[in-house]
Amino acid sequence: MQLTLWTYEGPPHIGAMRIATAMTGLHYVLHAPQGDTYADLLFTMIERRDARPPVTYTTFRAQDLGRDTAELFKTSVAAAYARFQPQAMIVGASCTAELIQDDPGGLAKALNLPIPVIPLELPAYQKKENWGASETFYRLVRALAGAPGPRPAREPGRHPLCNILGPTALGFRHRDDLIEIRRLLDTLGVDVNVVAPLGASPADLGRLKDADFNVVLYPETARSAAEYLKKSFGQPFTREVPLGVGATRRFVAEIAGLAGLDPAPLLEGPGSRLPWYSRSVDSTYLTGKRVFVFGDATHAIGIARMAARELGFTVVGLGTYSREFAREVRAEAAEHGIEALITDDYLDVEAAIRAAAPELVLGTQMERHVAKRLGIPCAVISAPIHVQDFPARYAPQMGFEGSNVLFDTLVHPLMMGLEEHLLGMFREDPEFHDGVGPSHLGGNALAVSAPQESEAADPAPAATAAILLDEDVVITAAPWAPEAEKELKKIPFFVRGKARSNTEKFARERRLPLITLETLYDAKAHYGR
Amino acid sequence: MDLHQEHGQRAVFCGLTGIVWLHRKIQDAFFLVVGSRTCAHLIQSAAGVMIFAEPRFATAIIDERDLAGIADANEELDRVVTRLIERRPDIKLLFLVGSCPSEVIKLDLSRAAQRLSRHLAPVRVLNYSGSGIETTFTQGEDACLAALVPELPRSSSEAEPSLLIVGALADVVEDQFVRMFSAMGITDVRFLPARRAGAMPAVGRNTRYLLAQPFLADTARALDERGAHRLAAPFPLGAEGTTGWLQAAAEAFGVTDESFAAATAAGRARAQTALAAHRVSLTGKRVFFFPDSQLEVPLARFLARELGAELVEVGTPYLHRAHLAAEIEMLPAGTRVTEGQSLDDQMDRCRATRPDLTVCGLGLANPLEAEGLSTKWSIELLFTPVQGYEQAGDLAELFARPLRRRALLEV
Repeated sequence: MQLTLWTYEGPPHIGAMRIATAMTGLHYVLHAPQGDTYADLLFTMIERRDARPPVTYTTFRAQDLGRDTAELFKTSVAAAYARFQPQAMIVGASCTAELIQDDPGGLAKALNLPIPVIPLELPAYQKKENWGASETFYRLVRALAGAPGPRPAREPGRHPLCNILGPTALGFRHRDDLIEIRRLLDTLGVDVNVVAPLGASPADLGRLKDADFNVVLYPETARSAAEYLKKSFGQPFTREVPLGVGATRRFVAEIAGLAGLDPAPLLEGPGSRLPWYSRSVDSTYLTGKRVFVFGDATHAIGIARMAARELGFTVVGLGTYSREFAREVRAEAAEHGIEALITDDYLDVEAAIRAAAPELVLGTQMERHVAKRLGIPCAVISAPIHVQDFPARYAPQMGFEGSNVLFDTLVHPLMMGLEEHLLGMFREDPEFHDGVGPSHLGGNALAVSAPQESEAADPAPAATAAILLDEDVVITAAPWAPEAEKELKKIPFFVRGKARSNTEKFARERRLPLITLETLYDAKAHYGR
Repeated sequence: MDLHQEHGQRAVFCGLTGIVWLHRKIQDAFFLVVGSRTCAHLIQSAAGVMIFAEPRFATAIIDERDLAGIADANEELDRVVTRLIERRPDIKLLFLVGSCPSEVIKLDLSRAAQRLSRHLAPVRVLNYSGSGIETTFTQGEDACLAALVPELPRSSSEAEPSLLIVGALADVVEDQFVRMFSAMGITDVRFLPARRAGAMPAVGRNTRYLLAQPFLADTARALDERGAHRLAAPFPLGAEGTTGWLQAAAEAFGVTDESFAAATAAGRARAQTALAAHRVSLTGKRVFFFPDSQLEVPLARFLARELGAELVEVGTPYLHRAHLAAEIEMLPAGTRVTEGQSLDDQMDRCRATRPDLTVCGLGLANPLEAEGLSTKWSIELLFTPVQGYEQAGDLAELFARPLRRRALLEV
């Protein structure tokens, strides 16, 4: 058993729902107890969909368990087929139905429906949402893409043709990423055959094999299906994920290579505003800003890379809850000279953020709340997300416009350079003292100074959020001499936590009995910046 | 009342959802769901941002190893609970909340609760089931309170009669009722649940109890077994319901008509003023209720009688005939009440009748809005203080607002 408050991912059948809801002409019959219909509201509320997800639940109850839940399942499948007349169906069990061991696949097959009915095996006690989405998409592609075989050669004069794989319902910015990537492909002269799962019908999956290659936008959902298409139809697929300017350029070059086209028109075009914005002197203060990145593997890797290479930040923490992609994240972390954090326990993430003392946190909804509690600026770069991260406006993450969006997203939470400068110059001034924090964070100003100023002395956070604190982080250190303590407060608050922990570490390693002014500056010289 | 029973797919929450408001009410209790990742995900989705405020609920997620052998699951549970209590020494009462998976594998949480109560004394450990196979939405509160009843102190049988209000209410509403009862001369008023685990009310043959919520069948039965007497009453929604509810207590405690009138006059007058403002927008409006909380019948009664709405269909997940007797009596004659649900059939009826306002869950609200129907999402009726005179206007406002908004929007 695992004690869990927050989960980064839902159970695997939620992943299957994300595929079913993304598609058209597909219906999902889920063997599940009453109550599991809560999942509908993720789609109708968070993503604000205007129709119910195409999911029928058996909603069995205790009295049904004594009777025949298998019969209930069959009736539900038959009724769903009669009512919705889908082109294909997927059937499966949620966690509870997995325990009662009816066989959704076998039961549905016995009905002999005139459409493909694809059974899903989603082990709810081992796997999670993204795996469920990936597996569902893979099973659908396997069942509906047709018999494996060689592709006919491209007719002369025809534009190269690709599929775009990966966008789902409830995906972080999938809607706008897709628009952006379509625009890139259009400019290159590549035609799009099928986009799947988002907007595709089962019949469309039958046309996947017509494409020359596949563009994989989100490996979490689409890599298994792409591997299958590669094996069955010899379609190569893209490995680069176009997050950031550099990755977008590499992505364009990769596609041009696969399509046999010249990438120059696109690479020499206007591109993104990010490079100039990042080079403008206003951005100088961003240099070396300590950033902690956590999210799904794709976003964590892509955004850590762009944060370091395109904004000049220092990545001091990098992690993911996607265990399936731990290897890739570890490799990226090594590039930044750090060790990756692979965990789905947000308490571990919180402890790691505290330990790394970043100036900016880039993460999921959960990191947003952790950062708020710690008084650190934060931006959301990955699912899971709340309703505000399904914006009405155009807000891709990918491609050149996505890079513009990311520049704004990553810089806005930080204090403006001038504001930071004023804080340094007028530290004792009542309006610019270092407790006020960035002006645009408004009411958060008090929280900014509280955790670092009096972490040990202030009992309030410990009492209200004790479950969130990891005792391991609390370290016993040499006491601070009053004048050293006073000097520490003169250091801007956003680096003070780091200065404090560095000094204490320095003192501990040297077994110093007291931290004096000299210790503070010795440590500063020792660690540098 | 024209009662129909329906079977089929149900779009309702399970009883685990009750944790979202119960943990706010009992301030030193912790709710530990023993379930799957689905359960954790459900609570996370239902609690929204509340999950970050001051979490006094969590899920012990059953994994493969637990499924391999039940004995192992018990040891695991003990480990998880012990660790939890170490981290949260402020917790005085721990509920082990059963889920569909824990019920299906027959993990005996009542024995676990007894065992852990011994280990963790003075922390009390109780259990109830909030599983979807056994409970629908608000029935989770019923199961929780029913688990508390056997634990309540025994009151002396010679003691003066005392009044017990049963069902979680907002603190502000509780305080209003205390003042009102006090003005009538009823001073010994207790609430179940109390705000703290150590302050739960005593119960015995001298206890007269009023249900503040319509979904408390098991709790009422448990109280009856302890010798308490239920006072039959409508539910305190709207001015009329509140008056009827207070009246039931007043009669049982021998409050004179003059004293009752004096205590309630100001509240009734204020409620009437507040309601008048909303009557314009709701009179003649046709309202359709999907089943959700069992509050539907009292709410429909309030809308029909005090605001002049017409009732197209009143869906309820379960209809407790005895507890709702006074409500059923007051419903307009011939009101269609549907107990249970067949979701797609009910949606067909809703579309066919095109009501002016549809009261439904969040999984249905936006889809129906997109079809041009105005909706009122029903969960808000549980999270918002709506009982009593002072809230009558707020309650009406909850129904009037979607209609006003639709009229306002030009795009």
